Amino acid sequence: MSITEIQFQAQTVESAPEQAIQGRSQWQLTWRRLRSDRVAVGSVVVILIVAICAIIAPVFAALTGHPVDQEYPNTGWTLQGLPVGPMTHGFLLGTDSQARDLIVRIAYGARISLFVGISTTFVATLAGVTIGMISGYFGGGVDAVLARFIDAVLAFPFIVLALSLAAVFGPSLTIVLVVITFFSWAGISRVVRGQTLSIKEKEYIEAARSLGAGPWRIMFIDILPNLMAPVLVLATLSIPAAIVFEATLSYLGLGIQLPTPSWGNMLADAQNDFQVAWWYLLFPALALLITTLAFNLLGDGVRDAMDPRTERIFAAASGRRGRRKRRRVTPIDVLSDPAQPTLGGPA
Amino acid sequence: MSETGNRDIASAARLEAELWDDDVLVSVENLVKYYPIRGGGIISRTIGQVQAVDGVSLVVRRGQTLGLVGETGCGKSTLARCIAGLFQVTSGRILFEGRDITNLSRRQMQPFRREIQMIFQDPYGSLNPRRRVGSIIGDPFTVHKTASGAQRKRAVQELMERVGLNPEHYNRFPAEFSGGQRQRIGVARALALRPKLIICDEPVSALDVSIQAQVLNLLADLQDDFGLTYLFIAHDLEVVRHVSHSVSVMYLGKIAEQGLKNDVYDSARHPYTAALLSAAPAADPNAAAQRQRILLTGDVPSPVNPPSGCRFHTRCPKAQSLCGEQEPVLEAKAGDPANHLTACHFPVQAGEQLARAAGRDQR
Amino acid sequence: MALTRFLIRRILSGILVLWIVSLAAFLLFFLRPRDTVARELGGKTATAPILALITKTLGLSQPIYVQYWQYLYRLVHGNLGYSYVDGEAVKTILAQDLPRTASLVVGGALLWLIVGLSVGILSAVRARSFFDRFATFGVLTGISMPTFVLGQLLLLAIFLPLNEHGFTWITDSYQGLSQGVVPWLGYYLLPWITLATVQAAIYTRLSRGSLVDTLGEDYIRTARAKGLTERRVIYRHGLRAALTPVVSQLGIDIGGFLGGVVVTEQVFNMGGIGQDSVAAISQGNLPVILGFVLIAALFVVVANIIVDMVYAVLDPRVRIS
Repeated sequence: MSITEIQFQAQTVESAPEQAIQGRSQWQLTWRRLRSDRVAVGSVVVILIVAICAIIAPVFAALTGHPVDQEYPNTGWTLQGLPVGPMTHGFLLGTDSQARDLIVRIAYGARISLFVGISTTFVATLAGVTIGMISGYFGGGVDAVLARFIDAVLAFPFIVLALSLAAVFGPSLTIVLVVITFFSWAGISRVVRGQTLSIKEKEYIEAARSLGAGPWRIMFIDILPNLMAPVLVLATLSIPAAIVFEATLSYLGLGIQLPTPSWGNMLADAQNDFQVAWWYLLFPALALLITTLAFNLLGDGVRDAMDPRTERIFAAASGRRGRRKRRRVTPIDVLSDPAQPTLGGPA
Repeated sequence: MSETGNRDIASAARLEAELWDDDVLVSVENLVKYYPIRGGGIISRTIGQVQAVDGVSLVVRRGQTLGLVGETGCGKSTLARCIAGLFQVTSGRILFEGRDITNLSRRQMQPFRREIQMIFQDPYGSLNPRRRVGSIIGDPFTVHKTASGAQRKRAVQELMERVGLNPEHYNRFPAEFSGGQRQRIGVARALALRPKLIICDEPVSALDVSIQAQVLNLLADLQDDFGLTYLFIAHDLEVVRHVSHSVSVMYLGKIAEQGLKNDVYDSARHPYTAALLSAAPAADPNAAAQRQRILLTGDVPSPVNPPSGCRFHTRCPKAQSLCGEQEPVLEAKAGDPANHLTACHFPVQAGEQLARAAGRDQR
Repeated sequence: MALTRFLIRRILSGILVLWIVSLAAFLLFFLRPRDTVARELGGKTATAPILALITKTLGLSQPIYVQYWQYLYRLVHGNLGYSYVDGEAVKTILAQDLPRTASLVVGGALLWLIVGLSVGILSAVRARSFFDRFATFGVLTGISMPTFVLGQLLLLAIFLPLNEHGFTWITDSYQGLSQGVVPWLGYYLLPWITLATVQAAIYTRLSRGSLVDTLGEDYIRTARAKGLTERRVIYRHGLRAALTPVVSQLGIDIGGFLGGVVVTEQVFNMGGIGQDSVAAISQGNLPVILGFVLIAALFVVVANIIVDMVYAVLDPRVRIS
């Protein structure tokens, strides 16, 4: 380049600061992509509906006139003492084996599912992120111990712990909360640890250390913001895993006990009469499936919104513009897969 | 320890501090940094060492710029990080204003961190992409608790203006800035606490040529305005020539040559320095055609197993058997000023044309 | 040689794990007031004389470390305790019901791995084809489905209609191998599908992703450029590397698999050891649960050793570490 060319370039660039375009933050971009993803939006709608049903469950009882635990042997049973089907005698979805109104019980069951799903995920995420960051950042002996502990928890058969605790302390909601939280944090921790290990090597972390920033400040102010994306995806996907976990535990009789309605224990009860009362099996199952599917699709949508380069097979089907960029699946994709059993517990 | 013993040590330290040449800001004495390589079977043993820095001594004077040059892998970045306290040193000393800051704990090092700052090479990697620029530049204030709230914001915006950024972009993310601007952000961050020493680790290597000039000019201005001292690391000799007062040339963990800029550039004594100078692109194409390039054969040897004797002897056009046996001492050669040191058994003489080791520049 | 040493190390650590589990189980179950323990061992229906007998036989009045020593001694000699509720040794009960569980485990695991891996590999090879899209849709459905719900829905949607129309091959009452292979298959088919589906879905996704990733590597491109047939490229070169993350995930999934086994037994009323332990909860029958815990731990440890060996064969670097 000649001298004049260099000078010209310099001048163009010197004026650049004034002309810098207003960029958008990562979160704003993610939000916009999410908003345009019809599947994700639909999932949010479904989740909101379920949540509303859970919150206003007493309204269901009031509207139908059937409290959740009330048995109606006269109207709710057939002459042979079997549950009645949908749309009979004012029971919208039929009754259960004890002639209780099914739709009211399903609504109350939603309360348990959502409460357990969200609260255990919240605690597990806090614990998982903290432990993962500590393990990844400090390395050395701390990491050696913590990483093995995380692996041990991940590989541990949940059923064994659940059975043991239920045997010794009796089945209850507390056991459910403890067991689910205990098995959920490890999956998050493992991912966070991996991410921390790689982020730790970045130059801006070195810069922070050269400024004199202490390890805790670096972890929470420099590393954590870079973790938010995968953590958010994992947390969103932990919720359906926790809901399924609770349903399974209650189904086996290790969790919520009848007459308190949980979708899991309702399905356990329904199994006995499934040949004659298909609605008792089908409707709670559908409720569970729809809720789980909605959260999984939402998690998928959040992950795609954060990283739009992911190969999207459903692009055409769900109305998104089908950008077919082939791209390598990175470990974070594999690990933040909704299908990943790294979250522990049953599926 | 006895009372008298304690007093002796204290007074010795005081004496040393008094004898300290106040002109010298940083002194590095025989710094050695080895990285152990672990291998072996069930129990991992140390089976080798990466000899990244192998006995380096240098001095940086107040208000001046020491340029540190060398190829990739010669240990200059490692050396810089040792001085900045980011790495533990294997042996040797680092003295800052007479005080020993070698291998201090984080807490002990903290007050020195206000005086020693660093600018990094990669404008894209050295700024946290998830933090706003104002927060990044304001970090030193927060960490050292010198300013907060509105006061800090004001200080940050002043800094932004000083380095040529628009202070209204306080809340933007690094991604919204160009490479050159990001380096300015890095400069602002380093400048925040008015340090005495700024270590610049190849601050312009990743920038376009035209931007390089801007950033270098900025650094020079700041040095004048704030009386800064720079340790400037680069691999581009022309850049180093532009900014430095004195220059040290590193090869494979050791200093090959050092001295005042003009001494080293105009009368390079070490064959390695001469080779580097001959390879630097010249602005005038005619002069470049006439200049004869000295081509070095082979790759840089591995720092795990450095050559015996003089480390450069495997690639040196002037190497003789002595070079492989005995390591040359870093000393002033005959006819050179006392501060122009060379580590070579057969230094380049004035006017000598180095025989090309292999292959000519086929023009 | 390195492989044998690796195996020995794995076995040793496995024994260590088993010991820790047995210790933890012991502490959890026995480290409580004597009467509580006696009641739990005897079950909800135990009478006072039985409780006294339990206290005496197991030496519940003795200091805890003596109890532990006796417990360990019994374990090593294969004595898993006595179920007062059922009136039989735990070992006998579990041994009787183990074959039912074993059929389920073997069939389920085979189905899971075969379907999961083959669908995943085919999807990767024919990426974005109709097969791939269809498989992905299946995967999404599969992973959203809790195992027990799937089992129940299968009963509802397949067994019931088939049965009503006279097609009785698919049964919902237990048919052991001794009754013939065809009835056995007819009984186990739905449970196998139930058990395997969720895991297969996960592994389809995992192996697909891993293989797609591997096939994008440079050395695969080199293999193709060398002129090797596509089949050889994929199966000889790509698969080995692609399978390593899958195998490493296997070790972790065994725990979840076990849970699936218990749940599936419960849905199909199989009378296997999983169902035994679930029933024991409502009976308050601790010895059976303890026995199941120990057997489950043994199974998990052995399975992990096998998985580790397979991984070591696939990835030689592991043997050296």
